[in-house]
Amino acid sequence: MALATRTDRRPSFARTVWDSSVGKKTVMAVSGLIMLLYLVVHMLGNLKIFFGAAEFDGYAHWLRTLGEPFLHHEWALWIVRVVLVVAVVAHAVAAYQLSRRDIKARPSKYVHKKARTSYATRTMRWGGIILALFIVWHVLDLTTGTVHPDFQAGHPYQNVIDTFSTWYGNVIYIVAVLAVGLHVRHGFWSAAQTLGAGSRTRDRALKITANALALVLTVGFVSVPVAVMTGVVS
Amino acid sequence: MKLTLRVWRQKNADADGAMSTYEVDGISPDMSFLEMLDTLNEELILKGEDPVAFDHDCREGICGACSLVINGDAHGPERTTTCQLHMRSFRDGDTIDVEPWRAAAFPVVKDLVVDRSAFDRIIQAGGYITAPTGAAPEAHATPVPKPDADFAFEHAECIGCGACVAACPNGSAMLFTSSKVNHLNVLPQGAPERETRVLDMVAQMDEEGFGGCTLAGECATACPKGIPLMSITGMNKEWLRATRKAGKR
Repeated sequence: MALATRTDRRPSFARTVWDSSVGKKTVMAVSGLIMLLYLVVHMLGNLKIFFGAAEFDGYAHWLRTLGEPFLHHEWALWIVRVVLVVAVVAHAVAAYQLSRRDIKARPSKYVHKKARTSYATRTMRWGGIILALFIVWHVLDLTTGTVHPDFQAGHPYQNVIDTFSTWYGNVIYIVAVLAVGLHVRHGFWSAAQTLGAGSRTRDRALKITANALALVLTVGFVSVPVAVMTGVVS
Repeated sequence: MKLTLRVWRQKNADADGAMSTYEVDGISPDMSFLEMLDTLNEELILKGEDPVAFDHDCREGICGACSLVINGDAHGPERTTTCQLHMRSFRDGDTIDVEPWRAAAFPVVKDLVVDRSAFDRIIQAGGYITAPTGAAPEAHATPVPKPDADFAFEHAECIGCGACVAACPNGSAMLFTSSKVNHLNVLPQGAPERETRVLDMVAQMDEEGFGGCTLAGECATACPKGIPLMSITGMNKEWLRATRKAGKR
């Protein structure tokens, strides 16, 4: 009788990744980077609002025809949406499970407390929750128009101006954008460490890139409500 | 020096603990923190009270037995072990808070003593190399490049005290585990278990109930041996490499 030579079958790649705290962080890093890439593109697209209704609405229409004739109408947009939903869900579920593990691992607090981590690091969890809630409102407001009074499909320029003509629209949006900035500041650098891309020589460059990305995204996104409030865009 | 100490007292693992206040007088600034606690304990014994239990062994900063979170800092305000912390780091009349390491994976045994055997089990999972027993091999038979030797040594400095876990807001043992993984994985002697080591040690770390890494960086700030935060990055890289390789076999 031949004896089995292989006795320790390791679990599959996906199982190993999802079951390990290090692997789950990898899922967060990759999904986070996908969302970050989208945010940069989204922010650049938003800036078209400064060049008039025709250019902004035309850009929105082009997004629907992107990939034609190879892809059917709106298919490119739907592919992006599916990828984003998968990324958001993976990121949120991994974050929830990892946070549960972290909180469980430190059940009793120190009597003598000291807060030494940076503000961006400490606000990752609450910032993430704020962002998740914001995404829901943002989609209902400017994509589906469910919570948007007088929503006009196909006229995003007017819809954007409507949203930023209300005080709550501005408050929700600006708070969320500041949360994005803080989240990206710690998140980008952390993703690099999780993926093993960081090193002593590269650390400065990574931190500068994280800060630059956070700043550019914050300024770029905030410029739109500020422009509507100040009447630069009307 | 005259000091007010607020010390965590807990009868045993199941009892509820609380901070107790003690006054100590006649403390020399040249005493180590542990000698100061010895002075307190001598007074407590003379008074017929239960002395404060705390871990210590070599008292020269190389064994990793001493612990203590002093005023919220693992091993106190200086970057060294508690045994090498001297009372000159404090001022006459100070109030000092002394607490045990806090983590689910490090349950309190008594007062300031915690059970750190979770670290032993992480080492058992992969913190070793396979070497034939018998006569010592010729030292120069296996060449090691100087940068690799330096890298290994930097991580080999870890004394396994657990300050990284105590300082981490998530009670994570990533810095400890990564220093052990990096130390052995870079050397030719550690090459045969390079993949299984990192996979098994990380799995054991998770199983012990340590938290995950959020790169807060408090571990590396607290580490008395100066293990860098980048050590964790290195282990993440090794873990991803091992996971990819394991999937192909």
